[in-house]
Amino acid sequence: MGTNPVTWLGTPAFPVAARAALGDTQLRRNLRKATHTIRDKRAKAVEELPDWQQLRLAGEAVKDEVLSNLDTYLERFEAAVTARGGVVHWARDAAEANEIVLRLTRAAGAEEVVKVKSMATAEIGLNEALEAGGVRAVETDLAELIVQLGHDRPSHILVPAIHRNRSEIREIFQREMAEAPASDEPRALAEAARRHLRAKFLSARVAVSGANFGVADTGSVVVVESEGNGRMCLTLPEVLITVMGIEKLVPSWRDLEVFLQLLPRSSTAERMNPYTSVWTGVTPGDGPQQFHLILLDNGRTDALADRAGRQALRCIRCSACLNVCPVYERTGGQAYGSVYPGPIGAILTPQLVNDMHDKQAASLPYASSLCGACFEVCPVRINIPEVLVHLRAKAVQAKGKRTPEAMAMAALGWVLADPKRYEAAQKAGSLARYLARGGRISALPWPGSKWTAARDVPAPPAESFRSWWRRTRG
Amino acid sequence: MPGAPRVGLFATCLTDTFFPATARAVVRLLERLGCTVEFPMEQTCCGQMHYNTGYRDAARPLAADYARTFAGYDAVVAPSGSCGGMIREVHPELHGSAPAFTHTYELSEFLVDVLGVTDVGAYFPHRVTYHPTCHSLRMLGVGDKPLELLRAVRGIDLVALPEAESCCGFGGTFAVKNADTSTAMLGDKMRCVLDTGAEVLSAGDNSCLMHIGGGLSRLRTGVTTLHLAEILASTEEEPWAPTR
Amino acid sequence: MADARSTVLGRIRSALADRPAPVTIPRDYHASRPLGDLLALAAERIADYRAEVHAVTADALTSTIAARLAARGARRVIGPVDLPPAWQVPGVDWLLDSPTLSIGELDGSDGVLTGSAVTIAETGTIVLDAGFAQGRRALTLLPDYHLCVVLASQVVGTVPEALARLDPLRPLTFISGPSATSDIELDRVEGVHGPRTLEVVLVTDA
Repeated sequence: MGTNPVTWLGTPAFPVAARAALGDTQLRRNLRKATHTIRDKRAKAVEELPDWQQLRLAGEAVKDEVLSNLDTYLERFEAAVTARGGVVHWARDAAEANEIVLRLTRAAGAEEVVKVKSMATAEIGLNEALEAGGVRAVETDLAELIVQLGHDRPSHILVPAIHRNRSEIREIFQREMAEAPASDEPRALAEAARRHLRAKFLSARVAVSGANFGVADTGSVVVVESEGNGRMCLTLPEVLITVMGIEKLVPSWRDLEVFLQLLPRSSTAERMNPYTSVWTGVTPGDGPQQFHLILLDNGRTDALADRAGRQALRCIRCSACLNVCPVYERTGGQAYGSVYPGPIGAILTPQLVNDMHDKQAASLPYASSLCGACFEVCPVRINIPEVLVHLRAKAVQAKGKRTPEAMAMAALGWVLADPKRYEAAQKAGSLARYLARGGRISALPWPGSKWTAARDVPAPPAESFRSWWRRTRG
Repeated sequence: MPGAPRVGLFATCLTDTFFPATARAVVRLLERLGCTVEFPMEQTCCGQMHYNTGYRDAARPLAADYARTFAGYDAVVAPSGSCGGMIREVHPELHGSAPAFTHTYELSEFLVDVLGVTDVGAYFPHRVTYHPTCHSLRMLGVGDKPLELLRAVRGIDLVALPEAESCCGFGGTFAVKNADTSTAMLGDKMRCVLDTGAEVLSAGDNSCLMHIGGGLSRLRTGVTTLHLAEILASTEEEPWAPTR
Repeated sequence: MADARSTVLGRIRSALADRPAPVTIPRDYHASRPLGDLLALAAERIADYRAEVHAVTADALTSTIAARLAARGARRVIGPVDLPPAWQVPGVDWLLDSPTLSIGELDGSDGVLTGSAVTIAETGTIVLDAGFAQGRRALTLLPDYHLCVVLASQVVGTVPEALARLDPLRPLTFISGPSATSDIELDRVEGVHGPRTLEVVLVTDA
């Protein structure tokens, strides 16, 4: 059993990582600006479609259909890809997928690969694995490039460099690029990235991509993007290697009519993203003449085995839940210690890790106030709060019954299970009034001190409601 | 509902223990509107804190107790969106379906949907802003009902809360387990409250009010927190008096 | 040790041992909807992405192509092998993709002229399917300027209507405006790796 690279080694549990992030005022400003911009835009893009709720229901059902018959759809997809000249590989875990990519790259005689932004390859730590094998991976998505050149970690699913503002990005580019950007205007920064990557695109022999969707019936693969870096990678090199999570399928071509509406409006808040590419196997004379598709498990089948948790596998990586999350807005993505941050990360990462004894992973389901904003915007209706609570129960189970929290909860449960015990405790608690200062309590022992660090506690009143009722109505 | 509806009051453990004035206000309000209100002494807690923290087994008997305690009422009213949500949405999963669960209403839902009133005859001559708590909003979907009720209050100066739908950062044990993040959320919520210039911050949930009010008190802002029920219970003849 | 394929499939089968209930997919979203004048809507929505749209009648197509290329100063212009001769206006050095153009030739050109397969009015999206007057995918990718002809008969209202007309076995490219990014502060700016200028000639009576 190796560790799953979906979480970053050495990241502390969420509350500790969050504390550091909360202290970074520049980060807080950057995040607030970006998340509020995209929230308003998303709301407008969604409002335009009168059948949005019907689309969400259809999206949910299509994904559930795939998950319920995943074996059948994968075999169908494999057959279709193979029939059209593609080569299908299967990978049980990250290490196996990385080995396949490295082997194929070496076989093509390449020392460098160009990459389309892909969560699957970030999840498996492909770049690091390739580097260890002597192959350079060049990220071509602007935000991924910012992260790569900044020797940084991603903090968002769609925009991994969301934690950086324009002047920070300019500084990174000035340091790392041969030709520095003319200014910190987004247009100038985009221009700098274009110049920086142009030669790489034109000479690359091998490209690595992820996939937004795979169509089981036809073997078609879909990549949704904005900048054209995806088209470059999917069109120009001789060899294309696509790493795709096994849950990315839809049954038929028609089903994409749902997702090509749900995804762009939820993700970049556009009616449609600038470019969507669809290809099926190899097309003679057009695009890569060798196509390899790697079907990746890496913990997905563990999530699938969890009846309450498997709905996380519906995720289409739009990041709408991150953009509306009040926790994410304050802490940013790196505090989650995984390529999957935010609400979806808090339910997906622990399931992929599948080990609630891992303290960092087990802390993630608690990184939520359960406000429900994520569920409200999710285009495939993943009930994230429900799964969070479910995973909390698993975390509690893993910790056993002897933790101070478990014992306190058990004691409280015992009190609450009986009205007489409850009332007695209520009366005993009125002693707390003596601790009050001006009707408010401002310091409690741990764990109450976590509360009173920033808030007063109301002193229990002279008479509970129950006592009043008995006295006046009883 | 023919005749005076027989309403069971589920006070919630938090309100029963810390905010009895809210439950007394619910009684006064519902009786003024012609309901027969009863408070069954067997009630304790809906189990939300246990459930949401991962102690599902401890919550299960509480759901059973609730189903039994409130079996015979036309309706059960709870002055809490999050406890109401726990009962209606989660109790059936813990215990199986029961009439008590489906007949449970958050206060504003009961007034507007069941009794069909928005003007409850209240009088409250203060500047008020309203925080629509997350579970009322997203779990129960009460929408604008609390605001409709507040708009009909005579003398009130109701001001809109900026970024009203953002969570205040309470989240039950979240406030302790992720205290720093919770405090950051609280800070932003308090800034929005103070921007309105309101004397009173109201909400339909004492848990969120305890959190925001605790922060406002710590900063000595002078802003009072008050449950929706207490504003609606207040009349010209019997104005709200801040007794705890 | 079992191979990866049978291991993963085996894991899936045991994960689904509870045999989840069969799913019925609700299809009551709108396959189409009344959108008014589709051509006007298409023109408006394409222009929203900051692409220039020129709505003309068929008899003005050739002169519009000539005028747009001249206005752009495009002298060396790429075209697919089956670019209609009438579109190959004089005064331009036409580089047709036969024999196959090199990456350098594509990258060094002033622009590309193609037709298109389907246009989605509601989203302002043009779809290329490597069919008539479109050529292979690289042609519309490397030149910095793409002049694209859309015929009225190719315009549909919604995404579902478009997908019904398309064959997924052909390589497809959905284009909504010039290349763009939202990667800096989640604000959209146009012009990254794909063509930075997209111009559309919408033929209203063809």
